[in-house]
This record gives sequence, structure tokens and C-alpha cells, in this order.
Amino acid sequence: MARAITLIESGGSEGEALIDLLYPHFGPARIIGVTGPPGAGKSTLVDGLLTELRRRGERVGVLAVDPSSPFSGGALLGDRLRMARHAADSGVFIRSMATRGHWGGLTLVTTEAAGVLQAAGFTTVIIETVGVGQSEVEIMSAADVVLVVLVPGAGDDIQALKAGIMEIGDIYVVNKSDLPGAAELAAVLRFALRGEGNPALDESEHPDSGHADSGDPNTLPGPVHAPQIRLASALNGSGLAELMVTLEQTEARLQASGELDRRRRRRSATELERIAQAAVRGWLVDRGIVPVDPDQLLREFERDNRGPHRFIRERLEEAIRNGNRLSGGASK
Amino acid sequence: MAKRVRILIAKPGLDGHDRGAKFIARGLRDAGYEVIYTGIRQTPESIVATAIQEDVGFIGLSLLSGAHNELFPRIVELLRRENAEDIVVFGGGIIPDEDIPQLKSAGLRAIFTPGATLKQIIEFIESCQHDRNLS
Repeated sequence: MARAITLIESGGSEGEALIDLLYPHFGPARIIGVTGPPGAGKSTLVDGLLTELRRRGERVGVLAVDPSSPFSGGALLGDRLRMARHAADSGVFIRSMATRGHWGGLTLVTTEAAGVLQAAGFTTVIIETVGVGQSEVEIMSAADVVLVVLVPGAGDDIQALKAGIMEIGDIYVVNKSDLPGAAELAAVLRFALRGEGNPALDESEHPDSGHADSGDPNTLPGPVHAPQIRLASALNGSGLAELMVTLEQTEARLQASGELDRRRRRRSATELERIAQAAVRGWLVDRGIVPVDPDQLLREFERDNRGPHRFIRERLEEAIRNGNRLSGGASK
Repeated sequence: MAKRVRILIAKPGLDGHDRGAKFIARGLRDAGYEVIYTGIRQTPESIVATAIQEDVGFIGLSLLSGAHNELFPRIVELLRRENAEDIVVFGGGIIPDEDIPQLKSAGLRAIFTPGATLKQIIEFIESCQHDRNLS
């Protein structure tokens, strides 16, 4: 399984064949996405979720993504350090992945790697993104349910009103809840994400605020999923059991409303588009329309010097005219 | 895309002095490797399980407590038991010169002691990679 993920990460035809072979076994396992800014406690929270999920008898695979260097291509993958107590548990498989030049918070092949884990019989897959800023929202299409991990002291309520990462969570976890400002952050989130103007309002007016709720999907205000907000301290374990209950209720609600199914279909569509784009790029490279070496393409453009769109269009048209073969010859 | 070289930097044993391990991890990152760091106080069993899950080509062990004669060979032995002896294991730390021959005969491919440079470690990794690509 470890080798299979390596093969897929390496991106050759062998990895592609493997995916096609395993595809029928890409199973019904749930995929939990965990995202949030650097240092918010994502890995520590995953460690806590692992303990809870193992207690429930789940076999859990973790894909933990950290960034590759844009300079050396190297990476320091340190997420599993926080999950060390699960390292020798055969019911847990943790794989660190480097982004390798991909900038959406995940690697190019995260969904396929999750598929491999599903095919190997893991019943839950957790995907942990790189530490994100405001707009790395790719996890939304990779996971069934998304946890956004935040910490107090990182900005005012305007930050919570911005588009992007503050829209994609099903559950917002205010981690490090023992720090000053945690309750205030939770209140800001309730206002920004749930439209609850005054957190001091009588709770009966907000049956869903701050409690492990009734589980009745009809009690939710607004659309399919008003996000849940939970306080936790991943390091000392407080709030984790309650978070698991919220997670399970949220999953049940997503399933009941048909949203889970929609998300999974959207994921398949996204994957198909990605694979098509990669195939088209391969086609372009094979025919020398786009050289593997970007400097070579630039040199040819500089010789031509008649505008970038026209340059590329004429290359493409020439290749098609000449039976998919560029007169200059392929660059490989 | 070429297969990337992945290296596990692990600290077995009970000492918590990880400055050296972190320095090496950072240096190898800058040299273009994907480095997985386990943190301190890992058991041989968890190091081997991690190396297999992460599909690394190398394990670099850092140990300053003096338990290298027990723990380093134990890790090589566990890898052998898991049919993962193709993973190259090297070590570093406060290791007396007289211990090095027996560590090497136990399967450690290189031992780097204080004063070793990052360049030497990278050259070692590259020469192992070179041999691997030939075989």
C-alpha cells in the first residue's frame, strides 16, 4: 500500500494503471478533511480524532500534507510527530505527503491516495491540509465533511466574514480553548457563520447554538448545513468526545439531505477534469507544443515576439495541420 | 516526474536532545529531499512501522544517550523481519569510534559523529542512490 501511494505520487503510467485497477474498490469509507492556519493544532486534533475513532473500532488512514519548497523541491514533513502514539498501531496508517508544486492546500493526487487507503480496507480516511491562509479551499472537494481548526488571537471579526476558508467548514473547531479569547472567537464565528447577532440571546431561540444538538435535521436554521462551532483543546483532550458527536451528527445530516452524495459526485467530476487536464498537457508535451523545459518555450517565444496568445495558438494550429506533429520536432 | 528521495529522521531512545536531528532534517530539506521527522523518544517498532508506511529510502537515526549499540542494530533487525532491508540505515550522535565497526557489521551503512558535515551526509545519500539506480 505504501509503495502504491509512492507510485501514484510519482505520476507515471504505472501509477495510472494501478488507479484503474483499484478503482472498483475505492470504497464507501468516510473522508474527513481537516484544515486551518499553520500552528492551529490540526495534527494534534487529528491525533485526538484517531484515539476516538480507534475506540469506535474504525481502521483509520491519515494523509498529512505539508508544503514542498518552491526552491529546492525538498520538504520537511512533520505532521506525524503529533500522532506518534499511534505509529505502532496496525489499525492506523499515516502517510506524509509533500505538495510538490501544487498550491491548493493538498497534493495533486490526494484523492487517489485516499482511494488506495479505502481499497485497502480503511473505514475512515482523514486528510490534513497544509497550514492554509485564506483561499486554499481544495479540501472542500476532497472530503465528505470539513473541519476548520482555528485559534484565538488571530484577527478580528472581519477576518471571520471574509470569503474563502471561512465558508468551507461544516464544523469550526476553536482549538486551544484554554487560551484567552476562545469564547469570544466562538461568538464571532456564531455571528459571522450562523448569523447569530447576539450570543447572549436566550438559547431557546437558537436550538442549535453551542450544544450537541438534537440530531433532528429539521431544527437547523437556514440551508442544508449551517456550520457547527465547537470549542476544544486537542492537546489535553477536552471537547474531543463532544466534537466526535457533532461530527457524526453532521455526517448523518449531510447524508440525509443528499448533500453527501452531491459532494462525492462533485469530487469525481473534479478528478475527471484534473486527469483530463494532465492528459492534455501530456499530449502537448509529447508533440513539442509545450516543451518540458519552460525556458526553451520562452526562448522560442522571444524569437517570435508577436504576443503570447497568438504564439501559442499558431503553435497549436501548426501541430494539428501537420498531423499532430510540430515542424520543429518534439522536445523529448 | 522522477521518484523523490524520502528520508526518515528518527530519534530512538530516551534523550530529548533533538537540535542535531532538526538541523540535519532542515539541511536535507534544502538539498531537495522529502524529510519526515518523527520527534523524540520513538521505539524501534514505531520507527520501523513509520519507515514502511512512509515508503522511505533512508532512515537517519540520531541518538545521544549511549544506547546506540542496542537500539541501532535492533532497528536494522526489525526492518529485516519486515522484508524492508532495502531501506538504508545510517546513524549519528555521540558515538565512540570503537563502537563503529560493530554497528557497521550489524547493518548500519554509515555513522556520522560530531564534526561530520551536512555535505558528507548528502554525498553518502547520493552515492547510495547511485548504487540503487545501477542495481
